[in-house]
Amino acid sequence: MEFKYINILYAAITIFVTINYGLLLQGIIGKIYARVGKRVGIRIYQPWINIIRQWVTRSSIHHGIMYYLGPVFRFTGGGGILIFLPVIYGAPLFSSFVGTGDLLLVLYFMFIGTLGMALGGGEAGHPYSAIAVTRGLSQVTAAEVPLVLAIFSLTIQYGTMDIMKIVEAQQGSVLNWTLFTNPLATAAAMLAFLGSMMRSPFDVVLAPQEIPIGPPTEYQSQFLAMLMTNRTIFPVAKTVFYVTLFFGGIPLYDSFLLTFAVFFLKTFLVYMWSVFVGVSFPRFRVEQSIRFFLKWPLLIGAAAVIAAQIRY
Amino acid sequence: MEKVIENVQKKFSLSEVTSAHGYFITCEKKDAVSLVTYLKNVEGFKHLVLITAVDWIKDNKFQLTYLLNNPQMKKELGVRTYIERSVWPEESVMDSAHHLWPAAKTYQRELHEMFGIDFPDSPEVNEPLILEYWDDIPPYRKDFDTKQYSEDTYFPREGRETDDPATYMKEMLYPFEGEKNV
Amino acid sequence: MAKMNYGKRKADLERRSVTGPDGEVFEVDPMKNYFCEAPPKVYKPSPLTPLEKFYNWCRAESIYILGFGTGCGAIEMRPLMSPMYDAYRYGVHWRPTPRQSTVFVIGGYASVKTIKRIIRSYEQMPGPKYVLAVCSCTINGGMYWDSYNTINRLDHYIPVDVYVTGCMPRPEALLDSVETLKKRIKEGRAEGQNKYAENFEWYKANQKQIIKDWDMPDYNW
Repeated sequence: MEFKYINILYAAITIFVTINYGLLLQGIIGKIYARVGKRVGIRIYQPWINIIRQWVTRSSIHHGIMYYLGPVFRFTGGGGILIFLPVIYGAPLFSSFVGTGDLLLVLYFMFIGTLGMALGGGEAGHPYSAIAVTRGLSQVTAAEVPLVLAIFSLTIQYGTMDIMKIVEAQQGSVLNWTLFTNPLATAAAMLAFLGSMMRSPFDVVLAPQEIPIGPPTEYQSQFLAMLMTNRTIFPVAKTVFYVTLFFGGIPLYDSFLLTFAVFFLKTFLVYMWSVFVGVSFPRFRVEQSIRFFLKWPLLIGAAAVIAAQIRY
Repeated sequence: MEKVIENVQKKFSLSEVTSAHGYFITCEKKDAVSLVTYLKNVEGFKHLVLITAVDWIKDNKFQLTYLLNNPQMKKELGVRTYIERSVWPEESVMDSAHHLWPAAKTYQRELHEMFGIDFPDSPEVNEPLILEYWDDIPPYRKDFDTKQYSEDTYFPREGRETDDPATYMKEMLYPFEGEKNV
Repeated sequence: MAKMNYGKRKADLERRSVTGPDGEVFEVDPMKNYFCEAPPKVYKPSPLTPLEKFYNWCRAESIYILGFGTGCGAIEMRPLMSPMYDAYRYGVHWRPTPRQSTVFVIGGYASVKTIKRIIRSYEQMPGPKYVLAVCSCTINGGMYWDSYNTINRLDHYIPVDVYVTGCMPRPEALLDSVETLKKRIKEGRAEGQNKYAENFEWYKANQKQIIKDWDMPDYNW
């Protein structure tokens, strides 16, 4: 695919729309959490106020170069996944750099944010950052293993690493979705999905009761605003990634409303999977969560690879 | 419990035994730690509840109390002893009991800080526990004027009214009885 | 004679050379290496009035409270998170680190040991920052007015925006004080950070008068 300058603008628009959508999701989920606990809950527009308030903080301090680069890495992780994915399949506005990178690149972008936080948090020098970074890296690494196995299985199944072709193969009927053609890989990937959404039972990295807020302990003002922006993008990017690979992608319909409805429904339901698990289960310790990921999700993932190898 | 006190009286000279509000025995300063050791090892008072001090400024004495608990008998026994009250900046000196209970260390640090009673062998007794850089008379001594210190140091807000509790009770709550008593 | 080991922690902060595990000798200056030294500055509000008004509205509607219970009054903060009061619907959140919070709730009496930590936390908060002083103790000492170890007036050490009277105030009073604070912020009157920076010498003198083991730099930023 050739490079066009207009794609940069498209990517920026994609990210901007995603930020707003992510904030909306945050508001809705905050409301759901509150209603589960019989509270009134935050206002739906509260995330917007929070993020603007954070951007207009007056004073800030820094600890060094890596401290600056940490949020940038993190943002690259979130935005990178987004611009290399066909967020809406068939719409050039929302699939700006698709085709220039394949699945492996997107997988790498998923990890780079955590690495960036490790460097930035380390530069800040707070002991809690270091603890949380250790926990976060080990947990994310453990959660990546079943995901990578599931993606191996997909590449064997479709015979390609090109995201565009994988989405293409799933169009037509609901039965063409990976969910139905390769249920083992989907199961392994959905279990791995829980591990990187920073929700209970896998939120020991950020657990405020134990280690104040985790890696961004020392982050404040605009640095934190950057991280907060990424925290709105990243879950959406991740859900879009899963929808693209396993749930038939988000095709472009004639009507804008229908497209948005499908987009909303699919991402919302995939996101809610982690929220439902989150409100139902208590928190794992790090070694418990690693044991969890390296047991059943790993076996399911391996089974998916073997099954795909036999079948295709 | 009486049997325990009889046993103690055979070995140590007790100057006072009271049982009005719990059992309290009073011994001499040199006997105190050995008496506590005896109670712990022989009579089964294995648990140290607290060590505390009272400043009897008119008698020029500090009263030290070791409150012990016997988990088998479910009884408590207080061991009192009087030590000489030194004039600040001289510190009173007492034998340490930290080898019997590790928790005694903390109580002795507190007593050193708040009353100026030194326990020379006790570990970390010279480390500050609560007050950081206190440079006045130890604040729990009776000759330390806490009101004066507060007024000098902490910028009291003007216009604050305070009532002496005794007169307030007489005037406001029991005016009738107040007249009678006066 | 008193023989407390008071000099120990100060010695840890002195400039010295340390030998590393592999025999390497390097200089350590804790005051420079461990703390950010930047004096507080006066921040002028944005010249665009409508924009500044919008910013102030955002600041008022999104309140991040520092989860640091400094006294008995802090216990009144906890029910606000519960379904009964639910302060979240007013835009009130709790953050566990001073770096990410904007409102400091001083819950009740502050002993000398606590006020040292209060000052450190307050100075670490990024501006604009606001202080809610809860309970009588922060106003005039309350029932600890003649205590040897409890400060009488909080506003001599850090600038205070809103006082809440009572011993102790009910959680409703605390919620109401948050509403008062919001009103003040929206009117642009809650400039505690600038007040602190302008009268920095006076505040520091007061703080150093009571905190006798000053083992930190003058600015904790």
